[in-house]
Amino acid sequence: MKKIEAIIREEKLDAVKGALEEKGLVGLTVSEVSGRGEQKGLPLLGRAGEERVDFLPKLKLEIICHDKDCSQVVETICEAARTGAIGDGKIFILPVEDVVRVRTGEKGEVALK
Amino acid sequence: MSVNSGDTAWILVSSALVMLMTPGLALFYGGMVRRKNVIHTIMMSFAVLALVSLLWVLYGYSLGFGPDVGNIIGNLEFVGLSGVGLAPSGYASTVPHLAFMMFQAMFAIITVALITGAVVERIKFSALLVFGALWMTLIYAPVAHWVWGGGWLGNLGILDFAGGTVVHINAGVSALALVMLLRSRKGFLKVPMEPHNTPMVMLGAALLWFGWFGFNAGSSLAADGLAANAFAATNTAAAAAAFTWILLSWRQRRPTLIGAATGAVAGLVAITPAAGFVIPIAGIPIGIGAAVVCYYALLFMKTKLHFDDSLDVFAVHGVGGIFGALATGIFAAASLTDGGLLTGNGMQFLKQVVGVVAVGGFAFVGSWLIGKLVDVTIGLRVSETEETVGLDISEHSERAYGGF
Repeated sequence: MKKIEAIIREEKLDAVKGALEEKGLVGLTVSEVSGRGEQKGLPLLGRAGEERVDFLPKLKLEIICHDKDCSQVVETICEAARTGAIGDGKIFILPVEDVVRVRTGEKGEVALK
Repeated sequence: MSVNSGDTAWILVSSALVMLMTPGLALFYGGMVRRKNVIHTIMMSFAVLALVSLLWVLYGYSLGFGPDVGNIIGNLEFVGLSGVGLAPSGYASTVPHLAFMMFQAMFAIITVALITGAVVERIKFSALLVFGALWMTLIYAPVAHWVWGGGWLGNLGILDFAGGTVVHINAGVSALALVMLLRSRKGFLKVPMEPHNTPMVMLGAALLWFGWFGFNAGSSLAADGLAANAFAATNTAAAAAAFTWILLSWRQRRPTLIGAATGAVAGLVAITPAAGFVIPIAGIPIGIGAAVVCYYALLFMKTKLHFDDSLDVFAVHGVGGIFGALATGIFAAASLTDGGLLTGNGMQFLKQVVGVVAVGGFAFVGSWLIGKLVDVTIGLRVSETEETVGLDISEHSERAYGGF
C-alpha cells in the first residue's frame, strides 16, 4: 500500500476530486496547509503599497491506495491539478506499513475498501 | 414651515440607521459566499456606499426629488444641492431639506447595493461600478420620482410607505435582468457552494433589522405616532417571517440559522411598503405570507429554473417586495389611509398592481439594457481563471483570512 500526499492549488480541488471519482477513487482526506515553494509567495496590497505574503494557502490531499493503483492516482492528480504555471504543487509517495479500520478492527488491504 | 427639533433629531438618527444597513448587507452577503470571494462581495456594497453618496449630492437627488418634469423625473434645480438648505422643504415640513435629502441618499445607496447579491463571485468590480452609477441615474432616480417625488405613480395614489416598490421590487427585478446577462457561476449546482461564515450572515441580518427601524419608522418623516406604528409593524413582520422560515426549514429537515436570517429579511422587505398604512398586528399575516412566498420562490428559482440568482435577491427582495406591495393594498387600514381590499377599497389593490407592473417592467427592461451596454463595452464578467482563483485575489489583491 502507498500513501499519496499531494499539495495542490485550492481552486483545483473540485477538478481533482472529480477526476479521481471518475476513476472510482472516492476516499481522500483534505487539509488546508500553508507553504512556500521556489516562488516565495505572492505580493498582495496592504493599506498603502504592496506586502509580500510568503506562505501561500494550498490544499494537501492524502490518499491511501493499493500499490497497483498508485501510478494511476498520481497521473490523475497531476493532469487535473495542472495549470502549467509555477505553484501547481507537488506529490509525495510514501510506503504504508498497515491500515486498521477502527469500526471493525480489520487490518491490511481489506481495511482499505 | 419651521424646523421641529424632535422630528429633525429622528430623521438624522434614521438616516444614520439606514446608512448602517449597507455595511450590514455587506456582511449578510459576505457570509454567504465562498471564502475566496468575501472581500469582493463586501467591497461592492461598501464602494456603492461611497459612489452613490457622491452621485446623490451632485445630481441624483435633483433627478429624484427636484421640481417635477412631466410627472416622470425631477429637473436639475437641486444639482450640487443648490437650493437644498437648512429650511424645510415641501417633502417634510418640519425637518431641514438637507436632512430629508440625506435620508433619501441612504435609500438610493442600499438599493444599488442590494443588486450586488445576485451577481457575486463573478462580476467585474469595474463593471459593477459603471452599472451602479448608470442604474442609480437611469432607473432609481426616475422610480423614486414616480412614487415619492411628485411623479405619476404617487399622483395615482399607490401606497409605498418606505420603499417596497422603489427599493425592493426595483432592486430585485433588476437583479433578475443582470443575472440573465451574466449567467451562472462556474460549477453552479455541480460543486458545493456552502456559505463560508453563517454567523457573519446572522450579524448582517441583525444590522439590517436594526437599521430597518430607521428605514420604516423614519419614513414617517416625523417623530410621531405614525413612526411608532411603523416601528411596531416592522418588528412584528420581521419576527413573524423569521419564525415562519425557521419552521419551514425545520419541516424540510432542521431549523437553520441562515433560514431564520433570510426569513427576517423577507419579512422586513414585505412590511416596508405597508409599515405606516397598516395596523401593527397586520405585520403577522404579512410576515408569515412573505416567508412562505419567498421560501418557495427561492426553491423554485434554484431547483426548478436552475437560475443562479446567487444570494436570492429576486426571490427575497423582488418577490417579497411584490408580495408586500399587494399586501399593502389588502391590509391598508381605514384609520391610516383610504383603506384596502379588506375594508372594501378594491381600487387601492388595483393601484398597487399598477405600481408593481410599472416599476417591475421598467426596472427589468432598463437594467437589461444598461447591463448589455456595460457587457459590450467593458465586459460584465471576470475571466474563467480569475473566477476559479477567486475575486478577492484577482480583483482586489487582498484576502479575507490571510496571515499565519
